[in-house]
Amino acid sequence: MKTRLLIAASAALALFAAAPAQAHRQWMLPSSTVLSGDDVWVTVDAAVSNDLFYFEHQPLRLDAVKAWAPDGSEAPIENKATGRYRSTFDVHLTQKGTWRIASVADMLMGSYDLDGKTERLPRGTTAANLAERLPAGATNVRTAEANNRNEIFVTVGEPTTTLFTPTGKGIELVPVTHPNDLFAGETATFQFLLDGKPAAGLPVTVIPGGIRYRDQLGQIDLKTGADGTVAIDWPEPGMYWLNVTTPQAEREEGAGGPPPLARRASYVTTLEVMAP
Amino acid sequence: MQTEFRSVLTGASLGLGAALSAPALAADPGMMEVSVTIPQLKVAEYHRPYVAIWVEKAGAPAKTVAIWYDHDMKNNEGTKWLRDVRQWWRASGRSMRFPANGVTGATRAPGTHRIAFSRAQLGAQAPGDYVLVIEAAREVGGRELLRIPFRWPAKAGAAGRAVGKTELGTVSISFR
Repeated sequence: MKTRLLIAASAALALFAAAPAQAHRQWMLPSSTVLSGDDVWVTVDAAVSNDLFYFEHQPLRLDAVKAWAPDGSEAPIENKATGRYRSTFDVHLTQKGTWRIASVADMLMGSYDLDGKTERLPRGTTAANLAERLPAGATNVRTAEANNRNEIFVTVGEPTTTLFTPTGKGIELVPVTHPNDLFAGETATFQFLLDGKPAAGLPVTVIPGGIRYRDQLGQIDLKTGADGTVAIDWPEPGMYWLNVTTPQAEREEGAGGPPPLARRASYVTTLEVMAP
Repeated sequence: MQTEFRSVLTGASLGLGAALSAPALAADPGMMEVSVTIPQLKVAEYHRPYVAIWVEKAGAPAKTVAIWYDHDMKNNEGTKWLRDVRQWWRASGRSMRFPANGVTGATRAPGTHRIAFSRAQLGAQAPGDYVLVIEAAREVGGRELLRIPFRWPAKAGAAGRAVGKTELGTVSISFR
């Protein structure tokens, strides 16, 4: 009797244990998203963690983080520091309008054959450095693109949309509702593009911050429509984590090994929903 | 002698006032008077609230008629907290420049303050339904917003009031 209970309990534990392993969430958290004033700064915390928005696992590496002013010019990332659990940096917001702060990674995943063995492409392989990373004699090279975008928006004064021209790579957000004009009790609509085209049927995950102090995750699971849009009802004010990911390719029934190589893309942003 | 002289003057001014007010009664009121009470609060750290007053009309952009903030700090630093008057910031403030002519004012102490706005200042030239909105946000304190609907053309006299619970006391409007 006792044994059976134990087995059941450990099975349940195993189930739970499996979840957090996938659930590491990367995020950037700005000190404010709606700003006024003449000499305006924003401080951003950046981390990879389980609970939102608590830094308790790994810092987000800042190598790829960049900022763009409303006029499209690139702005410096200042006072960078990476600690044990989180990174932090400042951006001096010297123009009025909406700024973008983003960490974008365009990578190639895949494998090649060499001397009768299949090897994985090393981390950090891109379309640009693929040729030099492949050892001489590599054959049967298989690659798939992976584009990961983690970005936030902050606005001084009136929100602008100058920075929302899609690059056509990976998953991108196009505002129907401006991401710095969100209020609890209202519905916001965003359009998501995959490689510049409406991303239909992609899963959208929205999770309110403050997880540590509540029992329920409060996750909102949505799916983009045929036109790539998704409508989100904000139940309460606060910071929200939003993630859009291309679904993982599933391996065929009974087949072992890694899942088949497929083009992957993910999008992460942090949205501040104001109190009405 | 002097007393007599004064009373004569008073009589004259009274007469003048009566003569002027008669036609004014027939015309529509042109001014809105707003009485705003900022409550006395027993808190360890008190700062006068930032207060915004604006007018809303369906289908028209909101019009700010007053914003009381720390407008005289060096480097315009007081503007940093304007966004905390958050409904006003969204409705109107974020598209304005500061200081704003005829709109910017100093923060005010607890007590009752009377201010007057002309119909033009209120942006209420067109007849119809309007709402006067007043929002107060206090540094290290709370925030409160009150709405008082009014109509133009208006009748002279009291026209509406709202009573705050935390950051605002009674706010009332009247026309003259």
